[in-house]
Amino acid sequence: MQHGAVSNAAVLPELASVPWREPTTAATLRRWGRLWTLWTVAWCVPFIAAGVVLVWIEPLAAAVSLACLAHAWIIPELYAHRGASVVHPKGPRNESAEPVAQGLLGDLLSHDARALQQRTGLALERGSFGVWLVGEGGVLLVAPGGRRVHAFCVRVSDRSLPPSDRIAHLLLALRADETGFATVANHAYSGATWRIRRRLRKPGRPALDEARAAARTPAGG
Amino acid sequence: MSRLIRMDASGHSTLAEWTVEEGYDDAVEQFRRQLEEGWIAVRDEGEGRATQLTELPREADLVILRRPIAGG
Repeated sequence: MQHGAVSNAAVLPELASVPWREPTTAATLRRWGRLWTLWTVAWCVPFIAAGVVLVWIEPLAAAVSLACLAHAWIIPELYAHRGASVVHPKGPRNESAEPVAQGLLGDLLSHDARALQQRTGLALERGSFGVWLVGEGGVLLVAPGGRRVHAFCVRVSDRSLPPSDRIAHLLLALRADETGFATVANHAYSGATWRIRRRLRKPGRPALDEARAAARTPAGG
Repeated sequence: MSRLIRMDASGHSTLAEWTVEEGYDDAVEQFRRQLEEGWIAVRDEGEGRATQLTELPREADLVILRRPIAGG
């Protein structure tokens, strides 16, 4: 009997295109998370401080103070919007081929994940880094515990593919090599789950809820 | 019946079918041609596992060819 050979110990071939990148691990993801939090704080604290100090010095500057506080609120929201947008449907729909592609994607998913994907457009996949939600042109990773989400831009370059095939491409690459997949993907955002949830389109929110619930329970639990 | 399929603009195309008794050599030829064109072969193993292939396993039920991915 002839067995298939695993290519280079299951390393994703696409890694060759990003040789300068440090392999993504759970530790690097935690570091990214801390950096994003620091970055957000660094943006917001000056605006909050300015808003408070302005009113303290001159109460008539309340309008300017409010504008500062609005900035402190809006900036993290803009980042969250950027993160959520990675899983928004995008590109040509190729509707004639979509039913065929949907059938193949359905075969790759468990019953529950298939139903969720058909409702929300996002495929839920447990991994060692957390729970992934795979979209057409990007993925969300809900970290263990469910409180933080990482957003990654990653896609297959062939725009003629129907949406479900684009998801299947990402899903198979993720399953083959999770570390390689997270390394190839561009890290676009990391932040609180509640914040990114508000920026997801309504159909996608139940998928994030499911992923968060799954991230709170250990695999097989 | 084992199948070699390619995810493309049609949803997916079946490139080869084989059984233990027949069709395997043609499937291998087709498989190698696709790899030379830059396709990546994957065998899905369910439950979050998949294996990349450089040779076509005779006993595989389904081998899927995909395009490379990249950071967007």
